[in-house]
Amino acid sequence: MSVRTSEEHPHQTADIPGGDLVVAGVSKRYGGVPALSDVSLTIEPGKIHSLIGENGAGKSTLGKIISGVIEPDDGALTLGGQPLVLRSPREAIAKGIITIAQELAIVPGLTVAENVYLGSELTTGGFVRRRESRRQFRELAQHVGFDLSPDVRAGNLSTADQQKVEIMRALSRNASIVVMDEPSAALSSNESAALHEIIRSLARRGSAVVLISHFLSEVLSLSDTITTLRDGHLVRTVDASGATEESLIEGMLGRSLSSVFPEKAPVDTSAPIVLEVDHLSAPGVSDCSFVLRQGEILGISGLVGAGRSELARAIFRDAKVAAGTVRLSGSELDGHSPHRSIGRGLVLIPESRKEMGLLMGRSVRENISLSRLDLVSRMGWIAAFRERRSVSQLMEKTTVKAANMGLPAMMLSGGNQQKLLFARSLMCSPSVLIADEPTRGVDVGSKRAIYDLLVEMAQGGMGIIVISSELEEVLGLAHRTLVMRHGRFTADLSGEDMNEQSVLAAAFAENNAT
Amino acid sequence: MTNQTTEKLETLDTDAGAGGGLRLSGVRMLHSWRTAGIAIPFLILFVTLSITSQPFLHTSNLINILDQQAATLCIAAAGTLVLVAGGIDLSVGATYGLATVVAGEIAAHHSPVLAIGAAILVGLFVGLINGLIVTVFKINPLITTLAMSFVIGGLAVKVSGGNLIVLSQNSGFFKFANAQFLTVPSAVWMTLVVVVVLGLLLSRTSFGRYTVASGGNAEAARLAGVRVNLIRVIAFTLSGGAAGLGGVIDISRLLSAQAGSGGNALAFTVLAGIVVGGTSIAGGEGSVWRTAIGVLFIALIGNGIDLLGVDPLYQQIVLGVILLIAVGLDSWARHRRR
Repeated sequence: MSVRTSEEHPHQTADIPGGDLVVAGVSKRYGGVPALSDVSLTIEPGKIHSLIGENGAGKSTLGKIISGVIEPDDGALTLGGQPLVLRSPREAIAKGIITIAQELAIVPGLTVAENVYLGSELTTGGFVRRRESRRQFRELAQHVGFDLSPDVRAGNLSTADQQKVEIMRALSRNASIVVMDEPSAALSSNESAALHEIIRSLARRGSAVVLISHFLSEVLSLSDTITTLRDGHLVRTVDASGATEESLIEGMLGRSLSSVFPEKAPVDTSAPIVLEVDHLSAPGVSDCSFVLRQGEILGISGLVGAGRSELARAIFRDAKVAAGTVRLSGSELDGHSPHRSIGRGLVLIPESRKEMGLLMGRSVRENISLSRLDLVSRMGWIAAFRERRSVSQLMEKTTVKAANMGLPAMMLSGGNQQKLLFARSLMCSPSVLIADEPTRGVDVGSKRAIYDLLVEMAQGGMGIIVISSELEEVLGLAHRTLVMRHGRFTADLSGEDMNEQSVLAAAFAENNAT
Repeated sequence: MTNQTTEKLETLDTDAGAGGGLRLSGVRMLHSWRTAGIAIPFLILFVTLSITSQPFLHTSNLINILDQQAATLCIAAAGTLVLVAGGIDLSVGATYGLATVVAGEIAAHHSPVLAIGAAILVGLFVGLINGLIVTVFKINPLITTLAMSFVIGGLAVKVSGGNLIVLSQNSGFFKFANAQFLTVPSAVWMTLVVVVVLGLLLSRTSFGRYTVASGGNAEAARLAGVRVNLIRVIAFTLSGGAAGLGGVIDISRLLSAQAGSGGNALAFTVLAGIVVGGTSIAGGEGSVWRTAIGVLFIALIGNGIDLLGVDPLYQQIVLGVILLIAVGLDSWARHRRR
C-alpha cells in the first residue's frame, strides 16, 4: 500500500499514529438532552469493535465523535497515549480515522477512480495525474481483491459496488481506524458476505474497525468486542465469543424480547383471493404470476436487484407494464397511476421513506392524511377537526410516538417515520398492502411494533406482501415466500420448505433461472 | 413553552443526525422565520416611513401604492402556488403584455366584457400550455416558461401590430379597475379577493395540501396518490389566468397598452415578491399572504425612496440585496435540515 500525493495533502504521507484509541468518560448533549453520558471504551488495532443499541441509544453519536464530526461536551479521546482533539472530519482523516457513513458519499458523475481519490487527487501543478492515479487504483483494487473498473461512472454502480468505492477511499488514505455506520443496511445477503470479508481483511491488516450495526447476526459473526449502549449509557462491553443474540437484545432493550416475531396466525386456504397477478412483465420483471388471499402475508425475497421493488411498482401500476394482468378482488386493475390503484384499495409503502415516502419538512398530520384528504374534507375544504380526530386515531393504532401531530416528520425517529407510512396506508383501508422494506433503518423495538401491525392488518382481512432484504424477517412473518431472481420467481415456498437454505438456494440458483 | 420544547426534544432521534439540537434550532428558526418572516421588516419599514416622510401615511398615498401593485399582487399570489408546487413561471410578464394588447384591441371595437373575458382566457390558456409542456413533456419549468415568454411576446406584437393602443376614458372598460367603492378603487378590491381566495386555496383545501406535497417531494406525493401533474397544470393555469387578469386591470387603469409592457421585469418583480415573502424557491413551502407582504415590502422601498428623494438607482441595489438575503436564508434553512 503505497499511496503518495503531492505536498498539498500532507496528511497522506504523514505517519499514521497507531495504538489504542481510548474514549474516556465522553458525554454529549443536544439542547440539554443527553445523547451520550460518560462513555468509556478502548478500541484496539486489528480488532473489530461493534457498537449496538436501539435508535437513539447514542451509537451513531459515539461514532461521530470518533470520526470528528461532532465534539464531545465532556471527556477526552487519546490515540496511542497521545491526546486526540478532533475539530472536523478532516482532522480525523489526517489522524487516519476514516468514516464510511450510512449514506454513501459518492459523486455519481465522477468515475470510480476519481471518487476514490476525491479530495486527495495526485496532482502536478494543479493538474490531476490521471495515469498515475489509475495505476495506483489498480494496485489498490488488486490488493483488496475488488473487481472494479476505474473508469466506470460511480453513479452507474450498484449500491454494493459504491460501498466498495467508499472502502477503497478509506484504504487509499491509510486508515488506522475505520468507522462504519450501518454498512450493510442497503446490501443483499451475498453483497453483505463480500463486505464482511472486507471488514475482516481490514482488521487483519491492522486497522481497528468500529462497526455500528442493527444486524445482530452480522455483529456476532464479525466482532471481536461488542459494546452495547442504551439511552446514551454504556451497558457493557463484552467479548463477542461470549455473547448471544438474546444477551445482546436484552442488553439493548433492558429486557428480553420474548420473541422477535409475533406468532403466525394460520391462513384460511379457502379465503377469497384479493390479488391475482397473472404473467406480469414490466421493466425488471418477467412473467410473474401469483395469488394472494385475504389474511395472508406473502414474503418476497431475493437479492437486491432481483426485481422485487420493480415487481411491487408494476403491481401498483406505477411502472409501464409490458404484458400480463393484475386483478384486485376479482376485477382488473387498469390505468397507470398510483392515484387509481389507491382508490381501488391497493397501497404501497415504498422502500425508501425519505425519498419516496414522506414529506420530511411537513407535519405528522399532513403526512398521514395525504392519501385520503377526501375523508376529512368537504368539497375540497379540509375540516381541521375531523382531520385531527382521524389522525390521532391512526397514530394510536400504529403507535406513532410524537409530542404532537404538528411536528415535522423529520423530527421523528426512523421507526416512527415508518409508522407514519403505515398510518397513512391504514387510512386508505386497502384490501392489499405492499410493504417494501418495512423495517429498513428501524430500531429493534419499533421493528417489533411494525411486525405486530402487519400481523394485525392481515388478521383484519388485508392481503399483505412483504418485500425484505432481511431473510429472517420474511421467514418470520410470511405464510408463504416467493423468491425472485433476475425478475422471475425461482421458488414458491411455504410450510416446512420455507427455510433459510431453500430461500438462499433459490435466490442464487444459476440453473433454475430461466 | 419550555415544557413543550423538552417534550419535542424527547422525540428527537438524536442518533440519526449530526446534531439533533442544532438541527432542531435550525428548523424552529426556519419555522418562525417563515411564519413571521417578512411581516417584521415590513412593519419596521412601514413605521420608519411613517415617521420620516410626511406624505407617506396619507390615505391617498397608501391606496395609490395598492392600486399600482394590484396587478403584481394578483400575479404573485398565483405564482406562489406554482413555486410551492415545485415549478416556476417566468412567462407571466409576457402573458400580462399579451393580455393587455388583447384586451385593448377588443375593447377598442367591442364590449368591455368581451375584452376582459378574452384577456383572462388568453392568460389561462397560456398557463395551461405551460403546465402541459412542463408535465407531459417533462421540460424544466424555468426553460419552458422562459421560451414561452418569447413566443408570447412575439404574439403580442403580432396582435397589436407593434402599435401603442390607447383607449378613451369614457368607455365602460375604464370602470373595471377604477370604479370606487368606499373610496377604494375596484382594482384593489379585486386584488384583495384574489389574494384571499388563493391564500385559502393554498392553506385550507386539499388542493393546497397536494400543491405543497407536489413541491415538497413529488415522488412521495405521487406514490401517496396525489396527481402531481394535474396539480402542477392547475397551478400554472391559475398563474397564467392571474397574469391575464393583471394585464386587464392595468390597461383599465392606464388606458394604454403596448406589446412590450410587463415583460421580464414584471416576471422578476413577481418572483422577488414571492421569494422575499419566504416561499421556498425549491417548492414545498410558502404562503400567499406572505407573498402579498413581500410584494408590498418591495413597493414600499420604491415608494419610500421616491418620497425621501433618494437616488432611485439605490432602489435596485436594495432590492437585489434583499432578494439575496431571502434566498440565502431559504437555502441555509434547507441545508440546516439535512
